[in-house]
Amino acid sequence: MSEYLVQFNNISKFFGKVIALKDVTMKLKKGEIMCLLGDNGAGKSTLIKTLAGVHKPDEGEIIFEDKKIVFDSPRDALDIGIGTVYQDLALVSLMSVTRNFFMGREPQKGLPFFKTFDIEKANSIAAERMGQIGIDVRDPSQAVGTMSGGERQCLAISRAIYFGAKVLVLDEPTSALGVHQASMVLKYIVKAASQGLAVILITHNVHHAYPVGNSFTVLNRGKSMGTFQKKDISREKLLSMMAGGEELDKLEVELKEMDRIENN
Amino acid sequence: MSVKSESIQSKKDSGQDERLKKISPLRVLLNRPELGALGGSILVFIFFGIVAGDTGMFSAYGTLNFLDVSANLGIIAIAAAMLMIGGEFDLSIGSMIGFAGICIAIPAIYWGWPLWTSIIFAFAMAVLIGYFNGIMVVKTGLPSFIVTLAMLFILRGATLAITRLITGRTQVPGLRVLIEDDPIAWLFATDTFQWLFTWLGSMKLIALRTDGTPLATGIPPSVIWFIALTLFATWILMKTRYGNWIFASGGDKVGATNVGVPVGRVKISLFIGTAVASTIFACIQVLDAGSADTMRGTLKELEAIAAAVVGGCLLTGGYGSAIGAALGAIIFGTVSMGIFYTDVDTDWFKVFLGAMMLIAVVFNNYIRKKVTETK
Repeated sequence: MSEYLVQFNNISKFFGKVIALKDVTMKLKKGEIMCLLGDNGAGKSTLIKTLAGVHKPDEGEIIFEDKKIVFDSPRDALDIGIGTVYQDLALVSLMSVTRNFFMGREPQKGLPFFKTFDIEKANSIAAERMGQIGIDVRDPSQAVGTMSGGERQCLAISRAIYFGAKVLVLDEPTSALGVHQASMVLKYIVKAASQGLAVILITHNVHHAYPVGNSFTVLNRGKSMGTFQKKDISREKLLSMMAGGEELDKLEVELKEMDRIENN
Repeated sequence: MSVKSESIQSKKDSGQDERLKKISPLRVLLNRPELGALGGSILVFIFFGIVAGDTGMFSAYGTLNFLDVSANLGIIAIAAAMLMIGGEFDLSIGSMIGFAGICIAIPAIYWGWPLWTSIIFAFAMAVLIGYFNGIMVVKTGLPSFIVTLAMLFILRGATLAITRLITGRTQVPGLRVLIEDDPIAWLFATDTFQWLFTWLGSMKLIALRTDGTPLATGIPPSVIWFIALTLFATWILMKTRYGNWIFASGGDKVGATNVGVPVGRVKISLFIGTAVASTIFACIQVLDAGSADTMRGTLKELEAIAAAVVGGCLLTGGYGSAIGAALGAIIFGTVSMGIFYTDVDTDWFKVFLGAMMLIAVVFNNYIRKKVTETK
């Protein structure tokens, strides 16, 4: 068995004439957090949708636990243990915490044809799981709409883990959150990885990625600029590698120039 | 539910969570979608109790009368509410009622089918039409408002055209003689608990006709269907996996799909539900009147939606209750009958209906904000 839990080898994806991804390679070990960085349009979304079974890669292969895998649907990816948490989180804000946690996979009890949703069991599991990550669900029958953004993110991650994710794919989990909420989510991600999950963290925020990541893959215009271990790369280097880097330098120069003109 | 969760909390840590306020029973009630309808129906009964308390509205006969009207509306309102919770509308309910009526009457009268086969035929057509509505909405992604509006015209037109083609008229009478000894028709045409009413009559507790039989002969079939459907729908919504899927499909279609809820199948089944409920409505009315009319059920779809909305269903889906819709139907039924017992001109009924709905929508909107606001 190789040391990698999951490997994506030379993945390419085309939409008509558009090359969305070209020869992207990533490898993940258990317990590793890999941050996938890139500016808007770099191909991050296409790459995760390929991992999640929404798109089929046109070239390249996905190897999971030493077996080559082809996904026909998102369900297949879920079944082997790739849990994807999209930006919209797939939470219904009018429904209760419990009903959201078990949405689509409700525990049942009773005789065939008279099976009922075992809401007591569901409530206690949901409360327990949320408790484990330090979120006191005041009341598992409260609507998800009453939770904070960070709590919702944690609920979605916790749900993916409960239903057997071995690889956790997180799409911009911190982008809409404030500093405090973001650090709560990041802490939880580190905790999940320490329990042996492999985490792919998609973000364009280096400041969120750098403290928690073990390795960093930078995407730019559909191509991988390489994967770097944390010891081999600095935060500033990462930032400038993302397409924004050079432009931000230029912007800084321009702003200084404007400043100088105004002051004169 | 909230009481249970408190016990979970206290099990986990010895002290009470300081953020968990003691939830008063009133607060629990406030979070239920049917609150508005419950308050509304209490108000309606108090109003008529004062205004029409001594007019015979609340005699056995009068009560059964307004319950019958409420129950008929309730049967379709509950199905409409479930569909609304699932995030869709069905505007073809009224036309489906007319169509189902002639599906029963024409085969039975003109083709010599036994009544029970034509009833089964009507239900089979309902399943087909409901399925068609559902598959159109799910596959094309068009708003159900448009798809079922088209079906409203298609079905009403077909009902009229087919009836005229076969019978040369717009009414098909003569069903009453076929009801007796039919193995299925009694389900939609028998007053139950007749013994009770006979006994009450013999004790002179309820009004009698001149020949000594009670004026109210029994609980009409609509009321039995109404109660049964309310319980069944509530059980589905609150207690089953399918119920959770209905809320999820209406609340967030994309999210529900992403976590493996078969949203398309759920919606199609709900469209079949409204068509079947319309056919139950048609069976009861057609067998009661003994005739089918091509215009039967006109505008019933809007009354059903209004009752569902008064009952707390959100127009955007994902929130509502069957009990609420049932209460909404009781409000409308009671007012539409009760108004005859007052000095108010019955022309004002529609004004009341509209005002009631407007108040309900404003109230529901407020409740939704309450439920989802971040605390």
